[in-house]
Order: sequence, then structure tokens, then C-alpha cells
Amino acid sequence: MSKSVFFRLDWLLLLVYLALVTFGIVNVYSATFSETSEGLFDLTQAVGKQFFFLIFSLFIGIIILSVNSKFFEQFASLGYFISLLLLLGLFVFGNTVSGATSWYNIGGISFQPSELAKVATALMIASLLSKFQSDIQTPRTLFKIGAYVLFPFFLIVLQPDPGSALVFGAFFFPLFREGLNYSYLIIFLSVLSLFFITLSFPFGVVVGIIILLIFLLYFIFKKLNPKIKIWPFLFFLMISIGFSFSVDYIFDNVFQQRHRDRINIVLGKEVDIQGVGYNINQSKIAIGSGGLKGKGFLEGTQTKGDFVPEQHTDYIFSTIGEEWGFRGGFFLIFLFCLLILRIILKAEKQINKFRRIYSYGIAGLIFIHFFINIGMSLGMVPTIGIPLPFVSYGGSSILAFSIMIFIHLNFDANRLNDW
Amino acid sequence: MIRRFFLPAVTLLTAVVFIGRLISLQLLNSSYKLLSDGNAVIENSIYPERGYIYDRNQKLLVSNQPVYDLMAIPENIAVFDTLEFSKILGASKAELKEKIKLARTFSVKLPSIIVGKISRERNAVIQEKIWKYPGFFLQKNSVRNYPISLASNLLGYVSEVTKNDMKKDNYYHLGELIGRQGIEEYYEHFLRGKKGKKFYQKDRFNRIIGSYEDGKYDVPMEGAQNLYLTIDRELQQYGEELFQNKRGGIVAIEPKTGEVLSLVSAPSYDPSILIGRKRSENYRKLALDTLAKPLFDRSLQAQYAPGSPFKSLNALIALQEGVIDKETSFSCQKGHFYARGMFMGCHCRPGTNNNLRSAIYRSCNTYFANVYRRIVDRAGENIEDGMNIWNEHLKSFGLGNYLEYDLPVGKKGFVPDADYYNHWYKKGGWKSATVVSNAIGQGELLTTPIQMANFTAAIANRGYFIQPHFLKAISTDSLKKVYEKKETSIDSIHFETVIDGMYQVVERGTARIAQIKGIEVCGKTGTVENFMKIEGVKTQMTDHSIFIAFAPKDDPKIAIAVYVENGYWGARWAAPIASLMIEKHLTGNVKRKWLEDRMLNGSLIAEYEKPYSGKPFVINE
Repeated sequence: MSKSVFFRLDWLLLLVYLALVTFGIVNVYSATFSETSEGLFDLTQAVGKQFFFLIFSLFIGIIILSVNSKFFEQFASLGYFISLLLLLGLFVFGNTVSGATSWYNIGGISFQPSELAKVATALMIASLLSKFQSDIQTPRTLFKIGAYVLFPFFLIVLQPDPGSALVFGAFFFPLFREGLNYSYLIIFLSVLSLFFITLSFPFGVVVGIIILLIFLLYFIFKKLNPKIKIWPFLFFLMISIGFSFSVDYIFDNVFQQRHRDRINIVLGKEVDIQGVGYNINQSKIAIGSGGLKGKGFLEGTQTKGDFVPEQHTDYIFSTIGEEWGFRGGFFLIFLFCLLILRIILKAEKQINKFRRIYSYGIAGLIFIHFFINIGMSLGMVPTIGIPLPFVSYGGSSILAFSIMIFIHLNFDANRLNDW
Repeated sequence: MIRRFFLPAVTLLTAVVFIGRLISLQLLNSSYKLLSDGNAVIENSIYPERGYIYDRNQKLLVSNQPVYDLMAIPENIAVFDTLEFSKILGASKAELKEKIKLARTFSVKLPSIIVGKISRERNAVIQEKIWKYPGFFLQKNSVRNYPISLASNLLGYVSEVTKNDMKKDNYYHLGELIGRQGIEEYYEHFLRGKKGKKFYQKDRFNRIIGSYEDGKYDVPMEGAQNLYLTIDRELQQYGEELFQNKRGGIVAIEPKTGEVLSLVSAPSYDPSILIGRKRSENYRKLALDTLAKPLFDRSLQAQYAPGSPFKSLNALIALQEGVIDKETSFSCQKGHFYARGMFMGCHCRPGTNNNLRSAIYRSCNTYFANVYRRIVDRAGENIEDGMNIWNEHLKSFGLGNYLEYDLPVGKKGFVPDADYYNHWYKKGGWKSATVVSNAIGQGELLTTPIQMANFTAAIANRGYFIQPHFLKAISTDSLKKVYEKKETSIDSIHFETVIDGMYQVVERGTARIAQIKGIEVCGKTGTVENFMKIEGVKTQMTDHSIFIAFAPKDDPKIAIAVYVENGYWGARWAAPIASLMIEKHLTGNVKRKWLEDRMLNGSLIAEYEKPYSGKPFVINE
């Protein structure tokens, strides 16, 4: 490609990306800071490794920008196949860290293929849906897409790393955008709300709420469309109650205690701050103690004291909240909003369907990470161990998300060129 | 449209909810800030080294010495030879294992004390070998050090605070030290100084990982003061040696200043047994010794009848009240009948005619019985009035009340007044003859040795005393205490006759043994009857031996009171001891080695064991 790609680049998005990774490095440094730290260039330290991966990511990014956009469309199937092989290979060559076999260890540097699988799957789904013969309304296409998402999903669940697997739900967003039937959205939302209602209230109350809601819905629809029949609503009611009952059953009999605990804490049913609620409580203390201005870089007492577990990875937001205060937290949330909305905006402008779906897909992926990770640090979402993109410590994560962004930048820069 | 805006809308909604949550956590709710501080900041106290105590000549009485605690961080302990290590430590293997187990249950990451208060000698041995035992280390600590075993009750001791101490004064926290008894207790604030505070950042295992905010909130400690006592170390030591194998006390005061030169209470104990590992065990032994009562400061707390030395005071009161003059004389027939059938014996030969001076040096009971009856009968309008006048005079000598000296213990003693007798005998039911025992310092009167020494100082000063005290100076000049001069109610002109009588006591009277070549010593012996209950029966015991004295006569440098329990008579033990003390103080060394030897070697242990032997015994044999 000509060097002109750099003139057509979305510099705003690149700036947001650079701001996020820089903020990330700074906070990983703080969260892992000790008096003996050598700084950024010490590869034995977390921040040194992270810095190395960032530089490597930027290098890969420049290569990606100079590649012909068509390459990615052609490469999608192969990339997806490779990432599945890598996930499968874990069962043979994988390295087990805290119970999950999610890592390859190559010369002291760990690599997590599930991160790469996210990009690969995004490319694959985009490729699939953009095929001339694909029609999202047909069960055949839906089945295909479902299969492509569920392959990596189950491989990751088996590691077991259910948190990472869960983010594959992000593909709902591009699918919905591309015309997935509304009923899926209703099912998606109903299932989610029913799940939490069921766990929050006794079964009798839940049944009451469901009946009330469904009749309310029925009468609203009746007003809009007098011809509407009641039996679909009754059917929906039965399904809902059945679902609610099975949620109770699953929650009590299938879930393990730690899963139940995590959910109960978010629902406010558990207040065991020494036991299972420890992480969330410590994270809230750290964030809450930051105040408006924060305690300053390297000054976070909670952070220094290592009170919040996994602080440089999953709970990095608590370091930001403590040391940079409300201003820092607000800034970070603002950056993420800007990033996601900017990607969506550019995606909508794409004429090429493959590239649009891809960009929309990664916007969904970034959103899910953002939602779960910060929500967890704030004590609003159950503890699900996934990183905050660009910010959390984790070489594979920063590499995978950088690749996502740079592919998107490539597509965007070449939007008017070759399609 | 909905399809296009779904994800952007969800994203914005999420952002708004998150920011709302941040506002509520960070801006509206301040409790998390406090939680964070409690969580991550630890406050440690730092202590100044406890002040030293010196005697009046800057000689060291109490200092500090390092002791070592063997600490362990359980998670760092490797497999080791428990038997060998327990031998090095001087603890049993089982004890060592038990302590490590306890430490482990407390915390595997925080240090616990495994063996406390290890002596310097053993520490040296452990230091050499401790490298073999990872996870263990020695922590230096400080305890009191006594260069010589001296004045235990006067100095007091130091021990850990109790719950009660902490309730009384919230300065103290668990595990801190507080002075108990004596100087350590009374001058606790000077000796301890003021602890400082240091704030540390801790991690989630409560381990300290550095100072908090570079010590911005730290409070510096304030230095402890060294104390300089009025006690003379040499004299104190000499007094304690003279009192070995005897019970009782010595109080020596410098009359001009009220400074207490020595305060001996016997039996005593070695103060160094109340530091170190066996402190509580040793303390229990001392506290449970109800016969010798080593923790009981006899010179401050024991209330004895004043005996014959009290005659000097009665003489002064009678002179002041004008009921006698120095030539007034009474004849003595080896005693006299003070009421029908009531005879008070006396040592005087039959037909002795005593004036005041000779009555003092002969310690004539008859004479003072008459003097006392005149005071009671004639000093006031009636005997009640007379009794109260007598009482008031005595109070001006500091009797019947605390002397307000700077030690935490003391007893008031007792001086009866008219109300007291009205209570016992009903109004009008008593006469001067009824209470005549007071004439010779028996009866209802009770005094402590320090009160005796104090009135002796008042006589030496010819009419006043300075509040007795033990603190001469502190290491900074912040102490500018002026000790009150207290005038007695006796005019100074009356003192010379009495003092002359007391001089004759030593020159030709009952205490010739107290003579010191080249020094004019004034004194008065006493022999006090006393009783104790043996199996519920009031039994008379061998008399106490008492002596008060001051010297030199015309420029008194020392006033002294000596009590020797069950010491037969005044001149047998108390007078020689007082005399030796005076000689030691005034000349620096004692020439009368024969007397010194007799006192040092003499023992009254057999006397003290009599009532517990279970056999019948004789007294005053």
C-alpha cells in the first residue's frame, strides 16, 4: 500500500487508542509498583512485559495498516481455523494457571489464544454474513453462525474459562444490527431480566411479577393493535414461569457455591466482606476512597497494600478510581464511549458489508468487556474475570485488542478505495 | 432505526450508569475513605527510653538494659532441629513447639514472640546460631537495670499495664509499661516521657511496607527525664546492710532541706528479680510472703506506737503551754500510782528527783506522766480543751496526717483528740489519768517512721520542718518546686532545754552507745510494747527498739528515726544503727568497726520465728 493510508487514517480513534494504552501502562505500573521496580524496561516485571507487548502491538499495527484490506477477508477462514487449532492445542501443550488451562508458555512469555480467538471469530462472522448467499433470517444461516460462535465458546469453557467464553455473546450486537429477528432481542432481554428477578425474590412473588408484566404487555399491545390474540402471551407466560422455575433449580443444583456467591453479592443478598465478597468490597473501598481528585499516581494506599486482588489485571479500574479519583474514572469511561461510538460511526459508513460487520463486531466485543469489567469493579456485575481492553495487564489481551483496532483502522482508511 | 442505535444507546446508558455509580461511591459517600485508612494504614507507637534514676550525688540507681525477644514469622520457618534449638533457647521442646503453633494460629505472616525477655548472655549464644533457623529473629527490647540491689520499695518497678490502668488513663495501650510503687509510679510522667506515633502503609496481610505519606502525620516522641533523688546511695546501702536479718526501717532526713537521705525498709528484695522472664512468679512470691511482707514499706506504711521519743514532744508542748518550766521537777519511786491501784513503772531508782533535762535523759515515765496530765488538765478550760490543744500541737509536727511526700504510699498515723475519747468513754467519762499512756508514747498514738524522722528534724530545726521529699532535680530545669516550710506551734526558745536533754541521752543517759567521737549527737531511745494476735489470742511480743536522733547538735545535718521490730530495747539495736548511720553520713567512714560488726552480724530472725514455732516462748528475756 502507498503511504497515503496514513493520511486517510482515523487519527481521532488512534488518539483514543493511544490514550487508553498509555493510561493502562501507567496504572499497571502503579498497581504492581514496588520499591525495587526497575521501570518499563525490566522484562521480569509486569509493567516491563506489558510495555514490551505494547511496542510489539504497535509494530504489528503498522504492518496491519500497510496490508491490503482484502487480505483480511480472504484470511478470515484460515485465521479462524488457526485460532481453533490453538485453542485445541491447549489441551495438549497448555499451561495451567490458577485452575484454567488457558496459556501457552513460550520462553517465559505467556500467550492466551482465547484473546486471539475473539478477533478471528469477529472476522469469521463478518466473512460468513457478508457472503452473497447468507440471509440472517434463514435458520440455515443462523445455525451456521451459531456454530461458528459456539466452537470457540465451548473450547474456552472447557479450559475452563467461562468468563472469556461469555464475551462471545458480544456477537449478538452485529447480528442484531444486520437484521436478526426482534424476537431474539426480546428473548435475550427477557431471559436476562427473568434470571435476576427469579434470584432476587421468592418463587411466588416472581410468578406474580411475571403474570402482572405479561398482562400489562398484552393490554398495551391490545391498544396498539386490537386484533392481537391472547394465546401467544399465555404461552409466553407459561414459558417464563417454567424458565424461572428452572433458573431456581439450576441456581441451587447446577451452580457451584462460588458462582452463587458471586451473583448473590451483586444482588445484595450477601454481605460477607471477608469471604467471597472480599474482592468486590475492597475494590469499592479503593474506588470510593479516591474521592474527586484521587490520591495521586503511586499514592493509592489500597493499591500499594495489595488489598484488591488481581488489581493489575481484572481490577485495574480500582487503581484508576483510587489514584485518579472521579476525574480519572470519568475520563476512562468517556474514552471507552468515544472509542465504541467512533467505531460504530465508522462502521455505519462502510459500504463493504464484511468490513461493516467486522467493525460492529469488535465494537460489541469492546463494549462487553467494558461493561463487565468496570461493572464488576463497581460491584454492579458478578465477578467475571475478564480484562479491561487496552488497560489491564496482559500481553495477549493488549495484542488482540490492538489487532482488532488496527484492522478496523485499515478498513476505515480504505473505505473509499477498494470494495 | 432501532437496530442502528441499539448498541450506541446501550453503550451510552452503561456509561451514564457507571458515572452515576462513581458519583455515589466517590463523591457522595465518604465512608469508603475512612474504610480505606483503617484498611491500609497502621499506627505504631514509638517510645522514648525510660529515664534513669540517680542518687543525690549523680550515682546511678536505675538504668535500662537490653533484653531480646525471640520472634518468628511462621511462614518463613523451615524444618529445623527442635531439640537442639530448644537447648540453645533454654526452653523445653514441648514449650517451643506449642509457641510456634500458637504463633501460626495468630498469623503466618506476622511476627510473634516465641521466647520473651532473653538475657544478654543467652542472646549472645542465640545470635551465633540463629542463622541455622530461618524464620526466627531476635528483637531488642529494653528493661530496667539495677547496678546494685537497693531501695526496692522506694524505687518501685515497671510492669505491663493492666486493663484497669488503661481504663484510668487512655494514654496506655496493651503491652505498654507503667511504673508501679515508689518513684517509678510517682514520677511516671517524667520517667516515661511521651510516646510518639508513626504511621505505616500496610498491605493486605497487615505487613508494613513503608512509611505512610512520608511521615507527614507522624508525631515525634518527647524525651523521658532522668531523675536525681535526694537519696544518698552510700548511706542507703549502708542502712540496708545494717538491717540485714532484722525487720523495721530507717528514715534519715536532712533537716534544713527536708531531703530524705535514706529510706530503708527491711526486709527488702532484689529489684532485679522483678524484670525478665520470672517477674510474675517472683512477684507472687513477694506478695504472698505475709510474714516478712517485703513489699510493705515499713518506713512509710508501718504504724507503730512512738514510744519514749514522744516524750520530747510532750515536753515541748508543756513548755509552750506554760504548764511546766525547765526546772519543774517530780520525784519518782521506780514509777508512780497515777490512779488508785494503777501503777506505771519506771527505770529510775526510788527517790530520784528529776527536772526536765534529767527526766529526758533518764526517760522518766513518772515525770512525763505528770507533765502530760498537766497539759490535759491545765492547758485549756477543761480536759477536752486541753486534749485538743495537745492534739493541735502534735499536728503541727506533721503527726496524724500524711506528710505529702512524693511517694505513692503512706499512712496517716493517729493522734487522738477529745472526740475520740468522748466516743470511747462517753463525755465526762475520762480523766487525764485515763489517757496517761499517751504521756510516754504508748496508748492510742500511732506514727510511721517517716513521721518520727520528720518531727526529729523539726526539733533539730528548733521549730520548723520542710516537707520531706525524694526528688532533688530532673534532667531538664523544668522542675522548680519549692518545698513548703512548715512552722510548728512551739516557739523556738523552748527547744534548747529539750535538745539539751536529748544531748544528755547520748552523753550520759540511755543511749551512751550512740556517742560518736567529735560529734554532738542528740537522741532519744524508745522501747515499745507491742502485741499480736496468735490464734486469736492477743499476745505481747518482744518490745520494739526505737531511736530518734539528729546531729550535730548545733548545726544539724541529719535527723534520723530507726525502728527495729522486736529489738528488745532502744539502745540494743536502734540506737547503734542510728549512730552508725550518722557517723557514715557525717564523716564518710565508720571507725567503730566493733559496733558495725555487731549490727551487721546480729540477727533477730529467731525472734521473728517465735510466734510461728507453735511452742510457748518468752519475750524480752
